[in-house]
Amino acid sequence: MATDFQRVAPGNHRARVGRKRSLWLRVHLDPWLLSILLLLISFGLVVLYSASGMSASTTMAQASRMGVALLGAIVIAQFSPGTLFRWTPVAYGGGLLMLIAVEIMGDIGMGAQRWLEIGPLRFQPSELMKIAMPMMLAAYFHRRPLPPTWRDLIVCAVIVGVPVLLIARQPDLGTSLLVTCAAVFVILLAGLSWKFILALVALAGGAAPLLWINMHDYQRQRVLTFLNPESDPLGAGWNIIQSKTAIGSGGLEGKGWGLGTQSQLEFLPERHTDFIVAVLGEEFGLIGMSTILVLYLLLVSRGLVMANNAQDTYGRLLAGSIVLTFFIYVFVNIGMVTGILPVVGVPLPLVSYGGTSSVTLMAGFGILMSIHTHRRLLTH
Amino acid sequence: MRKRRENVKNHEREVRVFRHRSLVAALIIVLMAGAIVSRLVYLQVIEHDVFITRSDNNRMRVEPLPPRRGLIYDRHGKLLAENRPTYNLTIVRERVDDLDTTLQRLVDILDLPEDEVETFRERSRQRQRPYQPALLISDLTEDQIARLAVNRYLLSGVEVEAQLMRYYPDPIVMSHVLGYVGRINAEELADLDPGNYAGTHFIGKTGIEYTYEDALHGKAGLRKVETNARGRVLRELERSPAVPGKDITLTIDSRLQHMAYDLLGGRRGAIVAIQPKTGDILAMVSAPGFDINKFVTGISYKDYRALQENLDLPLYNRAVRGQYPPGSTVKPFEALAALQDGVVKPDDIIYDPGYFQLPNDTRRYHNWLRWGHGRVDLERALEVSNNTYFYTMAYRLGIDRLSAFMHQFGFGEVTSLDVQGALPGLMPSREWKREKYNQVWYPGETLSAGIGQGYFMATPLQLAAATATLANHGHWVRPHLAKRVGDEAIEPPFADTKPDVELDKARWWQDVYKGMEAVLNGSEGTARKVGAGMQYQMAAKTGTAQVFSLGQNQKYDADELTERLRDHALFIGFAPVDDPQIAIAVIVENAGGGVSGLGRELTDAWLLPDSELKDPPDTTVNEEVESIDGD
Repeated sequence: MATDFQRVAPGNHRARVGRKRSLWLRVHLDPWLLSILLLLISFGLVVLYSASGMSASTTMAQASRMGVALLGAIVIAQFSPGTLFRWTPVAYGGGLLMLIAVEIMGDIGMGAQRWLEIGPLRFQPSELMKIAMPMMLAAYFHRRPLPPTWRDLIVCAVIVGVPVLLIARQPDLGTSLLVTCAAVFVILLAGLSWKFILALVALAGGAAPLLWINMHDYQRQRVLTFLNPESDPLGAGWNIIQSKTAIGSGGLEGKGWGLGTQSQLEFLPERHTDFIVAVLGEEFGLIGMSTILVLYLLLVSRGLVMANNAQDTYGRLLAGSIVLTFFIYVFVNIGMVTGILPVVGVPLPLVSYGGTSSVTLMAGFGILMSIHTHRRLLTH
Repeated sequence: MRKRRENVKNHEREVRVFRHRSLVAALIIVLMAGAIVSRLVYLQVIEHDVFITRSDNNRMRVEPLPPRRGLIYDRHGKLLAENRPTYNLTIVRERVDDLDTTLQRLVDILDLPEDEVETFRERSRQRQRPYQPALLISDLTEDQIARLAVNRYLLSGVEVEAQLMRYYPDPIVMSHVLGYVGRINAEELADLDPGNYAGTHFIGKTGIEYTYEDALHGKAGLRKVETNARGRVLRELERSPAVPGKDITLTIDSRLQHMAYDLLGGRRGAIVAIQPKTGDILAMVSAPGFDINKFVTGISYKDYRALQENLDLPLYNRAVRGQYPPGSTVKPFEALAALQDGVVKPDDIIYDPGYFQLPNDTRRYHNWLRWGHGRVDLERALEVSNNTYFYTMAYRLGIDRLSAFMHQFGFGEVTSLDVQGALPGLMPSREWKREKYNQVWYPGETLSAGIGQGYFMATPLQLAAATATLANHGHWVRPHLAKRVGDEAIEPPFADTKPDVELDKARWWQDVYKGMEAVLNGSEGTARKVGAGMQYQMAAKTGTAQVFSLGQNQKYDADELTERLRDHALFIGFAPVDDPQIAIAVIVENAGGGVSGLGRELTDAWLLPDSELKDPPDTTVNEEVESIDGD
């Protein structure tokens, strides 16, 4: 039975219908997840309207972008995990090839860049990797007995290492770390023993100086600025000082929607993209910040529940990694804006202005719903 | 470590491990969320006050509103110092990306000499606070403004700023009276109230501009503005207007001043005229003057060096800082000292054989007339400026009594109220010499002092003030340049005025006046040629001051000496004697003699009804710009 199970793609079992499936399951959507997503997106648009300087066009553009991304998630949810499983090597391989293409184009002389331009479309292969990476690892572990062994780890190191190095060379340290994170979550959830985890942490600690040596000057500057933002108040430390000032001056209740002086008078840099949460903090105060944090935590909780309900290794690991990585985005962004983490270019998921990352995130939630809604219902 | 694992999946175990791991993850997520929340509580609740202040400081800026500097008029309302709008180049260092490049670009764009860069760098360092503009170039030409406008995109942090700039319509003749304003330098900055001077680039450096700096400057106002991150002003939140500086009316009559300047005819010298009753300084000329407007805009190094190297020392205010031996002009005061101290009576006759000898001393102190004036009383002594008579008086008085009396007339002291830089001259005494040189006083030195030579030094202003006091029967009024500051009239009595000079017998004043009148109208008067045909009574005294000490029994020929070694010629006088309206002191350097005519021309101009000075004054009011605000 186990062997048999192993040879079959996950979630591809014909559902043995014991009772009538609910409407939500038939459309392969999760009402909880969707409601929280919609709440978050709406709140985000409200903040964005203020952060863009009351620009209706910016807000509408973002709204339609989020609509398209949501639609994409719904479409992805219709594919069964089995289909996703089969396409996993294609997604991973394609992503890898495109990363190589970007690397070569950079070498040819187009300068450092992160995009591939195919006709009118600008595509960022590193974004695809954010999804393709956990898919690939989950698929790998799906065929392996767990917990992972040394051999598994070496294979994983190759699967993870090649694309991550390519992304880091673009250079895009933030994304390469996030892709690594997604991969690490898969491995951890796969049940990597605590001894291994401790050993890896020790290894990472040892590698930190190496990382420092290989950093670009502007990346080092970011770390130094993080350690002491006041050292260069008009230069590199400006962003952090201004965002802390914005959030701190917001107080408990905030200055009111559209009334944040830090944001509206443009003291706050990148106020509608990476630093949008500072606008939220200034205009809606601690109450607003807590609200959005609760929404994120609800989303993550629902995601974890869905991951635990997954019925096979592939779905479980993939869903778990997507959810945890999502929270990492939230934490890194808010941590950066509030000054407890260095400045890395990570947008606030579902709230920051911008298309690419929203599409990736939504695709993740689509996969989550696909995994959740294509279950054999007998076990329920 | 354990039994070799089968290559088989254990579904139950995987689910258990996953559940466990996601539980741990959830726990960590809660911890991380907790970290964020506590950070937010720290920022938004605990440190809220700090950040609200910081955010207010960010957006609000207090901009100084510099006050309009007070105007200066002469006594008839003729404008002597005004403010004209000019365009200046300022730089805000904080907004400049690369200072050196920017400064070099300015030099290129404006076609300035290369060495200006260093001057610029120095000026750009001079600033009051962060984001305060520092002045680089004043008084840009239209052409320069146009060139800057075209290249503006290259010059971040550089602004062309409209500003009111001091302008003196009559810069040379009025130079030593008005003084000038110039850029505030670092030492001055240290003593200034930074709030009041925040928007002010200029400060009075010398003259009236210096003395009345506080009144002329006014009080800076301020406006609180909301700005965005790039410093652009979005709106004004609060405004308290500046209080403009007070206008000052001087006691100077600019036409008399011009006349005095012209009378000096390009020679080095000084003329001070005082109205005895009021102490008004009617004219105060030091020649040559210099163009004070050049100092406002920042004089070029070349021009400044030319002024400094000029042998005529145009920057030197002779009227108040020129300490000359007063020569025979001290004789009327010395006569009063002798009378008051009872060493002589007006009618006492002194015999002058042409020299004076101290007891038990063979050295002869000569009268200017080698063969002597014979029998001389007080009136004749003044008329002919007899040295032997005054040697005798000085000998009888002794230096200490002489010195003490002369101090009553302000010799050796600064008596003026508001004349910047006035020096006290020197009235020597036994004690002074002991302190200064640690030497005993020789009797011969008393004789020198008695004819206004030796250590004795006085400034033209002191001589004029002493003459005015003499004209007033000893009543002291401090000489002063300001007649009105804002609404406040500057009138006697002034604080710290010297006590009046009291004589035991009032007619002694008349005795001295008579001798001084004889200088002009006596048959032997030293200025009898000048005194011919006068329409009023004038008292005067001539004098010469030796620049070059002659040895015993030496005679000199003025022509043989270079012009600069010739004697200084002096003159003091007042008129009319029974109701003095004007007291004058004249000194012309190296003139040899013969400057009494200058004195008479000035009194004529001041007193005679057909003088052009009696014409209605020209007080054309110049169009005036009230103020220029920032933005």
